[in-house]
Amino acid sequence: MARILMKGNEAIAEAAIRAGAEGYFCYPITPQSEVAEYLAKRMPEVGGVFLQGESEVAVGNMLFGAASTGKRVFTTSSSPGISLMQEAISYIAGAHLPVVFVNIMRAGPGLGGILPAQSDYFQSVKGGGHGDYRLLVLAPSTVQEAVDLMMLAFDLADKYLNPVMVIGDGLIGQMMEAVEFPDSDPKQNRVNLEERKWAATGAKGRDPVIIKSLFLDPLELEENSLLMDKKYEQMKKEEVRYELYKVSAKNELLVVSYGTVARICQTVIDELESEGVSVGLFRPITLFPFPEKEIYREAKKKNIKTVLTVEMSTGQMVEDVERAIIGAKPVKFFGRTGGIVPNPEEIQGKVLELIGSMKKRSTSSRKRK
Amino acid sequence: MATTAIEKKAPKQKSDVVLHYLRPGKKLPHVWCSGCGIGVVMGTYIRALDKIGWDRDSVSMVSGIGCSSRMPVYMDFHSLHTTHGRALPFATGIKFNRPDMNVVVITGDGDALAIGGNHFIHACRRNINITAILINNNIYGMTGGQGSPTTPGNAFSTTTPYGNSEKHFDPCSLAAAAGATYVARGSVHAVPQLEKLIKAGLEHVGFSLIEVITNCHTYYGRLNHQGDAVSMLRRFKENSVSVAKSKNMTPEELEDKIVLGVIHEVEKTEFCNEYQKVVDSLKRK
Repeated sequence: MARILMKGNEAIAEAAIRAGAEGYFCYPITPQSEVAEYLAKRMPEVGGVFLQGESEVAVGNMLFGAASTGKRVFTTSSSPGISLMQEAISYIAGAHLPVVFVNIMRAGPGLGGILPAQSDYFQSVKGGGHGDYRLLVLAPSTVQEAVDLMMLAFDLADKYLNPVMVIGDGLIGQMMEAVEFPDSDPKQNRVNLEERKWAATGAKGRDPVIIKSLFLDPLELEENSLLMDKKYEQMKKEEVRYELYKVSAKNELLVVSYGTVARICQTVIDELESEGVSVGLFRPITLFPFPEKEIYREAKKKNIKTVLTVEMSTGQMVEDVERAIIGAKPVKFFGRTGGIVPNPEEIQGKVLELIGSMKKRSTSSRKRK
Repeated sequence: MATTAIEKKAPKQKSDVVLHYLRPGKKLPHVWCSGCGIGVVMGTYIRALDKIGWDRDSVSMVSGIGCSSRMPVYMDFHSLHTTHGRALPFATGIKFNRPDMNVVVITGDGDALAIGGNHFIHACRRNINITAILINNNIYGMTGGQGSPTTPGNAFSTTTPYGNSEKHFDPCSLAAAAGATYVARGSVHAVPQLEKLIKAGLEHVGFSLIEVITNCHTYYGRLNHQGDAVSMLRRFKENSVSVAKSKNMTPEELEDKIVLGVIHEVEKTEFCNEYQKVVDSLKRK
């Protein structure tokens, strides 16, 4: 298919259709309402269901029910709306159901604002709901990647029978970029319900299925939690995704950043390169499983003096970066929040400040010798 | 009653009344589209309140999220701008702790009836002395014209591009059935009547709902070919009937009609008073 110019929210919606999604439930919230408006038109065209619920609480639970039927279902929302879905997300994880959630993040806490942010990292990666569960979390940095990760999200949700969260900041939803969709019939990617033995598809010729997250017997509950944990361990082995940009033995500093901010960091890195300063970028694509070993591998290299994490928050992913590096190198942080997207100059300023202070430190330590 | 407010100078002219209660320079200009009826409701509410003569410091205004919910921000009272759909629980928290305060909730059709539906029916049931003004424009305006629980069947919105497959709520019937003790419907085309209805609702002891029919020509009007603000108001005027007249009309005749006036009014014990009785009875022991 040819490349077309599309708004991020609409591209996400179309990607889900191409991935074989047959059900979409939503509630209006800025900055992602275009997904709902697009699918209100598109879903009936492909014979799928579109429902605007009475609240995000309703939507979360409608998804639980819809996923139980075995079909590919999803929702999109933005930060306050995703908060309202946390109860359902916990239940869906506990009941081993595949649902794709998309969070086009806006600045919080509370009502916050409607501008882009990355302040829901903790909520997505560490679990916003109760109980021992994890979401598989994917973070696109371009509209094209949002399309690709949407397709992948449905496959991963099915593979692990676990909810998958795609988090993009408001920019991913609102900006327009050229995208390309796989040339496939939307119906081709739909699941074969007969193969879904766990789904509530009737009990003819098999034992009845009970979809639940309630286990009153503690041993049974522990067994369920251990089964979930096994899935998360498998994700850590098989699903880690990341991208390196201009990472080389010349790098003096390593930047770790995800989503749109990573793109701004690329601009900074290009600019610095032309000035003779070498900096590399590590961009996690999966936030859970987090590329811990890979970040450690890059950070412990001799040439890297400092690691800088850049986020649109007051510092959330930085905790995982610190955990990954386990003290091998100093980890610094730069962030803007409240809906402010950092500009390349301020990130560059931070990078140069760190490199400058590293050089000062190394000359003063040499003097001491 | 607390009367420590910094009082502005009393308005000299009738036209200054509204300005007297606003926060000019702080929060204005407002976000509403030109021709929007929400401003009419705000002006009417202020005049009703001014006639009662409540001290500014005795009034607390609470709202959730949506076009209508911006209103308390522009007015100089104790204002709480809260979570989407949950203004009534916030208001309940205030009223229960400070029964001396006059608590008014401004809400919209999406805010009160969709995400706040459960809170709405329980506030009615509890018959707590709160006045709720529900500004009904049949659509979600702030997020771009999505269908709401009062979007009529077959009507168009950005999420019902083929016409609405769902049925709509009648907020007044819902409130009356849930236990509200004063229920009225007004419209932005009939301002003198609306002022009386709001004033009576504010003075009523118990849960009061005033539904106000208003125009969202930007989304609802445009998507449903109802023209601009003026033609939508004209439509309201043409389709309105009084409560008295509606009693002699058949359900078929009443279809698509807007019934204006006091829909339901009864006297029942009020929640805060009842609770106080419990407290008092325990003191005596």
